[in-house]
Amino acid sequence: MLDILFYVFSAITLVAAVLMVLSPSAVNGAMCMIVAFLGTAALFVLLEAYFLAVLQVVVYAGAVMVLFLFIIMLLDVEKGEGGNEYKDKLTLAASAAGFLLVAVLVCSAFSGAHLPEPALTAVSDNPTVFDGGIPFTTSAKSFGYSLFTKYMLPFQVTGFLLLAAMIGVIVVSKKHEVIEESDNS
Amino acid sequence: MTVGLNAFILVAGLLFAVGLLGVLLRQNTLVIYMSLELMLNAVNLALVAFSRYNGTMDGNLFVFFIITVAAAEVAVGLAIIVALFRRRQSVMVDHLNALSR
Repeated sequence: MLDILFYVFSAITLVAAVLMVLSPSAVNGAMCMIVAFLGTAALFVLLEAYFLAVLQVVVYAGAVMVLFLFIIMLLDVEKGEGGNEYKDKLTLAASAAGFLLVAVLVCSAFSGAHLPEPALTAVSDNPTVFDGGIPFTTSAKSFGYSLFTKYMLPFQVTGFLLLAAMIGVIVVSKKHEVIEESDNS
Repeated sequence: MTVGLNAFILVAGLLFAVGLLGVLLRQNTLVIYMSLELMLNAVNLALVAFSRYNGTMDGNLFVFFIITVAAAEVAVGLAIIVALFRRRQSVMVDHLNALSR
């Protein structure tokens, strides 16, 4: 049953990603992108990373894509643009060749039987044991435990990164009226 | 579940390749940016798969940090695109060639 679900969700994710790349309208592309993110969240559920699946739906499919749709509709980039969405023929051929190269490389490297297949280990019950590494659990408690023990410094740095990003967005999107006037004159 | 690690890595690699195709192929800066997000997402999938089959929590924590950084990156990048559109009235990469002229 879970195997069928894996194939279904990975097919949905890949098809939605291809549709996002190929759809001429940016709004349709954003909708397909949401489907791709939801398919990835379903794959996270199959991998028993439930907290990350919820986070994927809330942050990526929710906040990030709403921001994208807002900017796409705010800028209205499809106004007056004809069918000149893709680049010229040489770029088309080169990017298709590059895609085929990467795809064939990935397929030949990971689809054979020559690679070791690690067995699925049992999910640990106790998230707070610490013997050489934090064991894989399905509870959100192990995230909190890891963030405040092993990953304390990255956690603090991420907080400063969010502050820096917020200040950067405010500075970038502020109108510099003095510079604008000196440009116009 | 009998699906192995390599199947998940295969899906993640194909997702990454599709994102790369989008970055190379498209002209709209916003769609290029969405393709970049797709590539980040493919890496997230690979990290979670490795974490699950390794039996440790570290990969999940990395994905946690990647999601945070990606959210900050989207906010900054979209602000830059809006500032660019205000100045040049276009987000197509063919019109943004001031450095190559």
